[in-house]
Order: sequence, then structure tokens, then C-alpha cells
Amino acid sequence: MSLPIIEIVFYLFSAVLCFAAFSVVTVRNPVYAALFLVLAFFSSAAIWMLLEAEFLAITLVLVYVGAVMVLFLFVVMMLDINVDRLKEGFARYLPVGILVAVAMAAELFIVIWTRGFAKMPRPEPLPDGYSSTKALGEVIYTQYLYPFEIAAIVLLVAIVAAIMLTLRRRPETRYQDPAKQVQVKRDERIRMVSMPAVKREES
Amino acid sequence: MSMMELKLAFPEIFVATMACVVLVADLYVSERRRGLVHFLAILGLIFASIITGSHMAAEGERAVAFHGTFVRDMMGDVLKQLSYLLLGIILVYSKHYLREFKLYRGEFYALCLFALLGVMVLISAGSMLTVYLGLELISLSSYALVALNRDNTRSAEAAMKYFVLGSLASGLLLYGMSMLYGVTGTLELTEIANRVPWTDNLLATFALVFIVIGIGFKLGAVPFHMWVPDVYHGAPAAVTLLISSLPKLAAFAMAYRLLENGMGPLQEHWESMLIILSALSLIIGNLVAIAQTNIKRMLAYSTISHMGFMLLGMLAGDAQGYAAAMHYAIVYTLMSAGAFGVLIFLSKAGVEAENLDDFKGLNQRSPWFAFVMLMLMASMAGVPVFIGFFAKLLVIQAVINAGHIWLAILAVIFSVVGAYYYLRIVKLMYFDDAETDQAINVPMDFRAVLSLNGASMLVLGIFSNALIALCVASFS
Repeated sequence: MSLPIIEIVFYLFSAVLCFAAFSVVTVRNPVYAALFLVLAFFSSAAIWMLLEAEFLAITLVLVYVGAVMVLFLFVVMMLDINVDRLKEGFARYLPVGILVAVAMAAELFIVIWTRGFAKMPRPEPLPDGYSSTKALGEVIYTQYLYPFEIAAIVLLVAIVAAIMLTLRRRPETRYQDPAKQVQVKRDERIRMVSMPAVKREES
Repeated sequence: MSMMELKLAFPEIFVATMACVVLVADLYVSERRRGLVHFLAILGLIFASIITGSHMAAEGERAVAFHGTFVRDMMGDVLKQLSYLLLGIILVYSKHYLREFKLYRGEFYALCLFALLGVMVLISAGSMLTVYLGLELISLSSYALVALNRDNTRSAEAAMKYFVLGSLASGLLLYGMSMLYGVTGTLELTEIANRVPWTDNLLATFALVFIVIGIGFKLGAVPFHMWVPDVYHGAPAAVTLLISSLPKLAAFAMAYRLLENGMGPLQEHWESMLIILSALSLIIGNLVAIAQTNIKRMLAYSTISHMGFMLLGMLAGDAQGYAAAMHYAIVYTLMSAGAFGVLIFLSKAGVEAENLDDFKGLNQRSPWFAFVMLMLMASMAGVPVFIGFFAKLLVIQAVINAGHIWLAILAVIFSVVGAYYYLRIVKLMYFDDAETDQAINVPMDFRAVLSLNGASMLVLGIFSNALIALCVASFS
């Protein structure tokens, strides 16, 4: 509570986060929605940064913004999404949506009410120079080395399986072979034709 | 981490490397030379077996590595050796099938080896994390393999069902594990058993329920069996052969590691759960199998009943019971591999032999392989002299020792019911006339392995003590 600047930054990013999250649902253009989601991710990364969880913040930006959202944008731009069809039935599903939202809000409220903020004290401030990235790395590459490697192999299997199930080699597809292109000789591409010179006819 | 720890996990490291080598080698091998990949995979299995064998854990020895995530003991080593043998048999059988069905691709071998790695990780899992990762490695490889024939809608449907239900089961298992972690604050299985104040711990019992459901699903025990017939039916026979045998060894190890190593103090709770699972599996598996005309579905229900039998051995929670269950799991996988091998033997280019009628008059077409099937079926039914009889006998002895006389009686009654549909195949082979007189054309190595597989039922039955002694020693 000593530095009000932290509070100000927190409320600033929280406000941006809430605005961005709300906009994701309400804007009509799916590309804008995706971009607002990026903004939401950035703001939550900043809030994580305030909590001194820099590894989570970096991963959120790298993985979600860098990879997942780019994929999202690709899909949105590649597919011709009919916005009007998406908005259909908004009024019909609204009551159910509100019910779910109210239920979730009530649950959150009950948890916080019964536990109380007093029972969830602020964690001790971390010592200077503490890096959660380094701490995580140390645990992953020593204590959890074996599971970590196995997890890597699980991902490899996922890649192999995905390629096996989707890759089709089509003999009729035309593709370029750079080696062939480089090695091409002049004779293969150009045919010298000698033609007799003819005087242009005036018309 | 020291060299010693790496040395303990050397078989796993080797199999992982071999899987990658096979994956890459396949890219540089032309279509006609694919046999090279097959050869490489078999060679890898032989070397893995030598590596594991050179440092076999002795009786009662237990080495822990990688901060408790990896355990090497005699049970694990014996099961690993059998996994290599089993995958070798599977690869020989499936090579012929894949050729005939134009599915002969290098990825099959890579995924099989990755599945084997998953089996190995699960067998020597020392923490809940490795149990889960090993399980996922097996499951992911199997999902992809079920969809190997991707243009076949039945295969795709089976893969989809397997995937959806499998992930649900993984989720339930994970939920149970997370609760257990919440209670104990550790992932290490032996540590869990030490840490919890076990008496009347509601949360731990609750976690146990989810973990038993996860195990039940992976074994295909009733009431978590709905996926088994559809997946067995839809998958290509070579893949059914794989998923009906190899993962069952791992599932046994998983049940042992989680229930005995991790939750041993809760034995009285999981005993009653396993009684329900195994009794229902025996009843429903055997009764529904009678009504099947499709042999793959029939074998699927037979698997369910066999898994019920295996769980019977586990529920006592003593060394004798575990040895009986392990013996049953090993014998079952050999029988199942042989039965699907005969199924592949009868398949001809592009047409799977999957109806009971395909067995009609097999004796006229190939007397020796009709006899091989006779041995396999007699062993599954539990006819004396064959190894299947001793497997059943040991389990029933363990159940009686644990004081559940009625369960033993139930098991015997439903073994007799089960004998009906196994012997029906024998009747079809010997007393009906063949519908075709088409010659059966399979390569030499296939014939040799299938013959040995069938003969092992009789040989292991006559010299049953060796395998039993091995299983008993694993739990002493």
C-alpha cells in the first residue's frame, strides 16, 4: 500500500482489460474482436507483471498473442464468416447467458464473502533479484526433468499423428523444385530462331 | 542427476531414440524398401531387450531415479521385457496386414514405438505425473493408429469415440490425482501412502473413486467399457491387435502403482470398488460376447471379461494376488495377440475376416493354423493343460484366500459361460464346411511367429511353473 503508483497502474490496466473483454463480445467485426482479445491478453500480462509473475506474463504474450491469436486471425480472415448468422438467436440465448453469468458472479461472491480478504493476506514481497523464470527453470530441469522430457515426446507424437492423418501427397500437384530451377541451362528455356528480315508493309 | 540415474532409465532413452530414428529413416526410404523400417524397428526391440536384460532388477530390488518420478523394480523389468516381445509379435503380424490393406506406412512403426515408450514410462512410474504422461503417450499414439485408415468412415468414427471417451477418462483420472495432491501435497506415489492420515479421510476416498474410474476405463472394465467393442470393431485389425494387448500390461502396472504403491492404506475401500468392477465385467463381458457374430466384437467383450478376471486378482491387495493378476495380464496379452494374429491370417487383400463364418472349415483349408486357433481358444476358455487354465486357477486361489468365496464361484460360472463362445469357433473350424477353398497366402515369418504364439499356449501350460515363479518373484 506504500506506493500509490502501483495501484494506479493496476486500476488502469484493469479498466483496459474490462473494456477490451467487453468489446470482444460486443463488436460486430470479428477481426476487431480478435484484436481486442489481444489487448485483453496484453493488459492481463501487465497485471501479472505487477504480481511479480514475469514468467507467466511473458508466456501469455508469447504463446497467446504470438501464436494462438495469430492463428485466430488467420482463420477469421481466411473463412468468410457471416456476422449476421453469428448474431442470430442473441435474444433467445440471452436469458440463459445472464443466468450463467449471475450464477458465476454469485459463486465468486460467496467464496470471497465466506473466506474474506483477511484470510488471504498479501504474500511476502520477493527478495530483490528473484526471478520466477529462473526458479521454474531450475525445477523443470532438475526435479521434473524426466516428466518434462516425456511431455516433449507427447507433443512430438501429437505432431506426427496430426501430419499422418492430414497430409495427402497428390501426384497431380505442381510444385517448384529450386535445385532444378537453379540448374537450368539456357538451351532448355530459349530457342534461337533465325527469321529472314522482312520489310514492314506500309498501310 | 548422476550417470547412475541415466543408466537406470537407459531402456526408455533407447526406445525414445529408436522411435525418432525410425521416424526419420522412413523419410529416406523408398516405398518398395519399407521393409527396412520394419527391420529397424525389430532390431530396436531386440537391443532394448538386451539393454534391459543386462541390468535386470533382482528380486525385491527397487531403484528410484529422477527425484522419485522413475522406479525400476523386478515387476517393471519383467513387464518391459514382455512388452518388447509382444510388440515384436505385433509388428510381424501387422506387416502382412498393412501390406494387404495398402496402409504400409512408416508412421505406423514410429507410433508403435512411441506407444511402447508410453507403456514403459507407465510401468516404471514413480509419481502421479509420470503415470499420467505415460498414459497420455499410449493414448495419443493409439488414437492416431485407430484412424490409420483415414478414408474408412468406420475407423474415423471409432477413433473419434475413442478420443472423446479417452479424454473424458483422462480428465476424471487427473481430477482424482489433483484431489490427492491437494490432500498430500506430493506427487510421489510412495510418499502419498506415507503422508495421509488415512482413516476416514473423505477427500482421499473421493479422489480414489476418480482414480479407479480412470483405471477402469483404461482396462475397459464394466461399466466403463462402452468404447471397447466399437473401437475394436472400427480399428484396422493390426491396430486392434495392438490396443487389445500391449496397453493392458501397462494398465495392470498402472493399477498396481496407483492402488498399491500410492493408495495401499485405502485397500479396504478400493477392494469393494474392484469387486463391483470385476463382477460386472465377468457377467456382462461373457454374456454379451455370446450374442456377437462379429469376431472382433466378440473378442472385445472377451477382453472385458478377461480384464474383470485380472482385477479379481488385484482386489486382495497381497503379493499372491498381484502375482496372479500379473500372470493373468501376461497370459491374456499373449492369447489376444495370437487370436488377432489368426484374424489377420484369414484376411485377404482389402477384406477383413471379421465374421464368425470366416472360420468355417478352417481345418480343411489349413489344418495346422486351425489347431493353433484351437489352442488359443482353449487357453482363453481355460481348458486344463493350456496356460489360460493356470492363469484362471491362480486368480481364483487368490480370491479364495482373500475370503471372497462367492466371487470365486461367480468367476468359475462365467468362465464356463465364456467357454461356449470360444468353443463355438472351434466347432465352426472343425465341423463345418469351408465356404471358399481359396488358398491362404501369408509370408514365412508370419507363419513361424503365429505357430510359436499358438504353441506357447501349450508349452507354457505344461511348464507353467517358470512364468508363475517369475511373477511371484516380482512381488516378493
